Amino acid sequence: MAKVTIDGVIYELNPENNLLQECLSQGLDVPYFCWHPCMGSVGACRQCAVKQYRDENDTKGTIVMACMTPVSDGAILSVDDEQTKAFRAGVIESLMTSHPHDCPVCEEGGECHLQDMTQMSGHNYRRHDKKKVTHHNQYLGPFISHEMNRCITCYRCVRYYDDYAGGTDLSAQASHHHTYFGRFEEGTLENEFSGNLVEVCPTGVFTDKTFSENYTRKWDLQVAPSVCVGCSVGCNITPGERYGTLRRVVNRYNDEINGYFICDRGRFGAHYVNSESRIRGAKDASGLSIAVGDAEAKLGVVMQEENVIGIGSPRASNEANFALRSRVGAENFYSGHSDDEHAALEIIISALRDEAFHCPSIREIENADAVLLLGIDVTNVASRVALALRQSVRNLSKNLAQESRIPVWQDSAVRELAQDQLSPLAIFSVGATRLDDVATFKVNLAPDELLKAAVQLDSVISGESVDGSHADIGPTPKCLNQISEALLGASNPLIVCGTSAGVEMLRVATNIGHSIRAQRDVAVDLALLPTEGNSVGHALMVREGNTLGEAFERIAKNSIKSALILENDLYNRAPSAKVIAAFESLENRIVIDHIETKTTQASTLLLPSTAFSEHEATFVNYEGRAQLSFQVNDCGTSAKAAWRWLLDEESHSPDSVISKCSEDISDFSKLTECLPKAGSLVAGMKVPRQSHRYSGRTAMSAKANVHEGKQAVDKDSVMSFSMEGVYPQKDASILASPWAPSWTSNQSISKFQSEVNGALKQGQSGVHLLSRCNKGFKYKVEVPEKTIQGLQIFPAQHIFGSEELSGHAPPIQERMTDAYAAISPKTASEIGVDAGDFVRFRGSEICVEVSIRVLVPDAVVLVYPGNRAAGVHFNFRDIGRSQILERVETAPEKIASTRLGLSQLLVNDLFGERG
Amino acid sequence: MIGSNERPLTKNIDPSRGALDMDGYERAGGYLGAKKISSGMDSSSMLGMVKDSGLKGRGGAGFPTGLKWSFVPQGPDSEVQKYLVVNADEMEPGTFKDRMLMEGDPHLLIEGMIIAAFAIQASKAFIFLRGEYFESERCLVKAISEARDKGYLGDNIFGSDFSFDIVMHTSAGRYICGEETALLNALEGKRANPRAKPPFPQVSGLWGKPTIVNNVETICNLPGIMANGIEWYQSIGSGGDFGTKIFGLSGRVKNPGCWELPLGVTIREVIEEYGGGMQEGYSLKAFLPGGGSTDFLTPEHLDTELTYDAIGKLGSRLATGTMILLDDKTCPVGMIGNLMKFFSHESCGFCTPCRDGLPWVDSIFEDFERGGGTHKDLAILHDHVEYMGPGKTFCALAPGATAPLGSGLKLFKDEFEAHIKNRACPYKH
Repeated sequence: MAKVTIDGVIYELNPENNLLQECLSQGLDVPYFCWHPCMGSVGACRQCAVKQYRDENDTKGTIVMACMTPVSDGAILSVDDEQTKAFRAGVIESLMTSHPHDCPVCEEGGECHLQDMTQMSGHNYRRHDKKKVTHHNQYLGPFISHEMNRCITCYRCVRYYDDYAGGTDLSAQASHHHTYFGRFEEGTLENEFSGNLVEVCPTGVFTDKTFSENYTRKWDLQVAPSVCVGCSVGCNITPGERYGTLRRVVNRYNDEINGYFICDRGRFGAHYVNSESRIRGAKDASGLSIAVGDAEAKLGVVMQEENVIGIGSPRASNEANFALRSRVGAENFYSGHSDDEHAALEIIISALRDEAFHCPSIREIENADAVLLLGIDVTNVASRVALALRQSVRNLSKNLAQESRIPVWQDSAVRELAQDQLSPLAIFSVGATRLDDVATFKVNLAPDELLKAAVQLDSVISGESVDGSHADIGPTPKCLNQISEALLGASNPLIVCGTSAGVEMLRVATNIGHSIRAQRDVAVDLALLPTEGNSVGHALMVREGNTLGEAFERIAKNSIKSALILENDLYNRAPSAKVIAAFESLENRIVIDHIETKTTQASTLLLPSTAFSEHEATFVNYEGRAQLSFQVNDCGTSAKAAWRWLLDEESHSPDSVISKCSEDISDFSKLTECLPKAGSLVAGMKVPRQSHRYSGRTAMSAKANVHEGKQAVDKDSVMSFSMEGVYPQKDASILASPWAPSWTSNQSISKFQSEVNGALKQGQSGVHLLSRCNKGFKYKVEVPEKTIQGLQIFPAQHIFGSEELSGHAPPIQERMTDAYAAISPKTASEIGVDAGDFVRFRGSEICVEVSIRVLVPDAVVLVYPGNRAAGVHFNFRDIGRSQILERVETAPEKIASTRLGLSQLLVNDLFGERG
Repeated sequence: MIGSNERPLTKNIDPSRGALDMDGYERAGGYLGAKKISSGMDSSSMLGMVKDSGLKGRGGAGFPTGLKWSFVPQGPDSEVQKYLVVNADEMEPGTFKDRMLMEGDPHLLIEGMIIAAFAIQASKAFIFLRGEYFESERCLVKAISEARDKGYLGDNIFGSDFSFDIVMHTSAGRYICGEETALLNALEGKRANPRAKPPFPQVSGLWGKPTIVNNVETICNLPGIMANGIEWYQSIGSGGDFGTKIFGLSGRVKNPGCWELPLGVTIREVIEEYGGGMQEGYSLKAFLPGGGSTDFLTPEHLDTELTYDAIGKLGSRLATGTMILLDDKTCPVGMIGNLMKFFSHESCGFCTPCRDGLPWVDSIFEDFERGGGTHKDLAILHDHVEYMGPGKTFCALAPGATAPLGSGLKLFKDEFEAHIKNRACPYKH
């Protein structure tokens, strides 16, 4: 550590960092714009000026930019120096010359970094009386609004969007004070992480369009710490509510998981909470609304029967799944995953228990220095992982920088030095992926060939001889050797696979992990990614053999009359024929859900449950990490948390369900550690969900009652539906929305971190439920013999649409596409179809549009089944593994009337004209 | 006159005919310096010779050339690929010296580039040429092709084991591209924003490789040094600086132009002997000694020697050595305003003081021109001299702009006051 004197106080600072970062870590107020905690320094804005003195005798000193100055031992500095303060105020005065005076109508107002820094710098009165520079704004799609006049030209947006997130359609244009940040022409910002621009922009240039449409000031939002259920990563988020509707979602810092960024599915997909498809009341078999009491009575009657089975859900919380399991008995509790997905989860869970492996957090994925991606388009499955992988390929540049003695925080210098040299990333995939642009090795094959190639790679890694006869189709032995050497030579090799790659590929991924583990002393990073928010938690509750297929078997044997289906659309989990057969033999189909599905339509009793922001719950992510998500607001209808329908409400609270779950199921024994620690409250006072400036408390309900209503009481939680109480000071995991004096924007997070980019002070990052005590083994992998005629089918995934919930969010619907069948140009000409034609899967009624893609292997069809919430869709499991496509002269009428088209398709290998 | 009559940079230039071709240049003693690379001279002794010659960069900063080169990592562990880049983006207001060299004697530049490249062991060089210099481009392209045909560029030049070639790059033309790191970004196809230093281009430059960026005139000094030796070179010039420099004059002199003269010549000599003195009816009021981004000097400084040190001691800079003269019938406020408009427009837009400070300054000068200047405006101008000064900005563009602004505000206080008092430009009304 270096001893540095700042305004007479001696600090011990980390010499690896720049002065600005270290000053912020020490809690000092140094204003800045262009620096970002995870994007390093470029020295553009000149706002973080401080005074540096040569020695004790130097009274004049020199102004330096803190972000561009390395920490050096013995340095003498001043933040408070008058000349420097005047300069910092001058920078604000400059930035303000063309900034509009529109704070009162600007969405950023009240959480604006520019407002904060302006106040901090002390610049007050406008002297600039010349014309302001004005710009045209662009349409940037359904997520982001653009108001360029507010721009202060800090370059953060392009540094984030292009350099950090790999975007290609936002750029700095023109020069001098006409510098413009936008697209080359109006159109949707394509990057899957575009929403973070809202938080990266220090002022109101890029704002959340979905929020603006139903706007509320930050201080008027009711917020609570929450966890995204959009995929299996479990990013920490802060949803904000007012007047009973969810207004927006912003990132909530978690140093091990999402850090500062979330994906667009998480940010904009959460709007499904306000969807018109929400189930707001109980319904009987005829679809008529019934009272809660009647519904409970009907449920009670059914539950008196013997052998009622329960089908759980990977999108429902642990508590909901556990309550169902308790109510029907573990032997009658069945997986809500499809059978192949369930088999995949078994491999994932066994890998989580295997001492050969370590399942890396997002932060750890960023540290990988050689990555193997097997059969998964991770950007469309678990997006946040893809953003982390994009950072991992830069580790080589950081090494090069260290060799050249360039500090790694010198962002542009490090990028300049490394140019296009990247750490190895090998992608085995069927068709293009959104990470292809940073791949060192790309193996693009039909599913069976891909599996063979992966098995071969495993052989190469374990030093076995490889059958060379395959080399004409798959990767060359040289390529496999290079990938093997990269993985074995790396200090943090990482293998990423997912359930969407198929069971056999997951086995190969595990095998490769074992082969690498055999050649090193420490565990190998293996990230196996399910697709849903609580896939792992749900799978951990299911008894061995209790698959969905098994449930259907039991129902078919007529031994079961009633089933309880929890937050799950079975038409996404099994072939429609099987679901229909099961439903027909069931007398009672009780469905608990918060959103309409084909399954809820088939219910004989429908019980409304609450969405993620309306109840307290825990979820388990791909790492086996359990996290607590707090309730944000009361849903205002008769819907209640699913467990409340199933357990005795009076004698339970969320905490007691969590406790009971941890007692009953050994894998969940640590679940209670997610709960706020006893003593985390100050003087026993609850943590307010509303800010101390929350307005309209007495007016909000005035339309119904002129008297001030009693504040809603939350008897279950450490949080209150109130502005009264004390902000969490001892447990940052109850911290929903950071705020500190002088820091109203999200940049205030540095005040809550142990150091910049560090853990939250006394916070927790969730609890790892599983312990690694098993010695794993290599699986026998069955490579299918190529006996099948026709095309091999492989599922295509889409960040906007490949999941049940977010598709109900209107902004997401604008980015969704119809179902399609993507084939190569050669395959297309063989079948005799063009892009935009419709094809039928032989032997079925399923009819979809053709998309022709250069990178889809021949004789393969990438199938995207669409989303039930909008557009043309079908049940993916209604088509077999291999199929024959037939051209259809005209699209069926039903398709024509519900078409979204394929114009939102974001792929780089489209053949010919788009959509 | 002091020093010798040697004109190593311009001896082959004759405006009455075109530039010498390869044969003509060789007959005039050309390529003798460069050929030393095949006569047993190794790169380090060549570098040492340039270092010992005392040659300083002619692009404006006056940094010792040999010292700059010595920062390029050499030896077996160093990066194999190194680059030489010639900064021919001559855009400093009042400066037209490099153009004369490129159009007048392109082979001199090529020979100098071979020497520089060999000394730093760069196998490839780029000439980053100002886009408007069509004629320079034509001359250079022809000369490069002649050199290639002759085997002076390409593999194993002059029969040595050194291979070297030149790429001609015509730029889109921005003043900021004269800043060497912005030039490198532009050459890479990126926005012409300057880069942070450190790392210096000598360590991580073009495409992250060790790179030397030198001005055209600097490079043109090398053939003479190599051919004639250090002693000869140091016999030219006085006042601590060696060699010749191209000095230029623009403004109301009888004979504006540029001339190669030994460093150490006095300002008066250049103006009176070469420029022929001021035009009838005009007297010298002040002048910028080294282009648009230098501090004003006044007639009392006329007997100062034109060396980096002597001009530096007066609080200005020799810079490009091309003087802009202000006469008594031209409004100094208008002149500074014109410069501010240029600098404001040429700001790359990267750092705040330059991007947002200069347009404000520019618009204040517009107000002064229209007669709307106020004392409040004057105070803002004074603030900006400090605010955009050295150390505050990312590169030297805005501090360069504050040189004529700051010195002008002091020197022409009365003229500024007169604009405010008269509500008009006193030179026009």
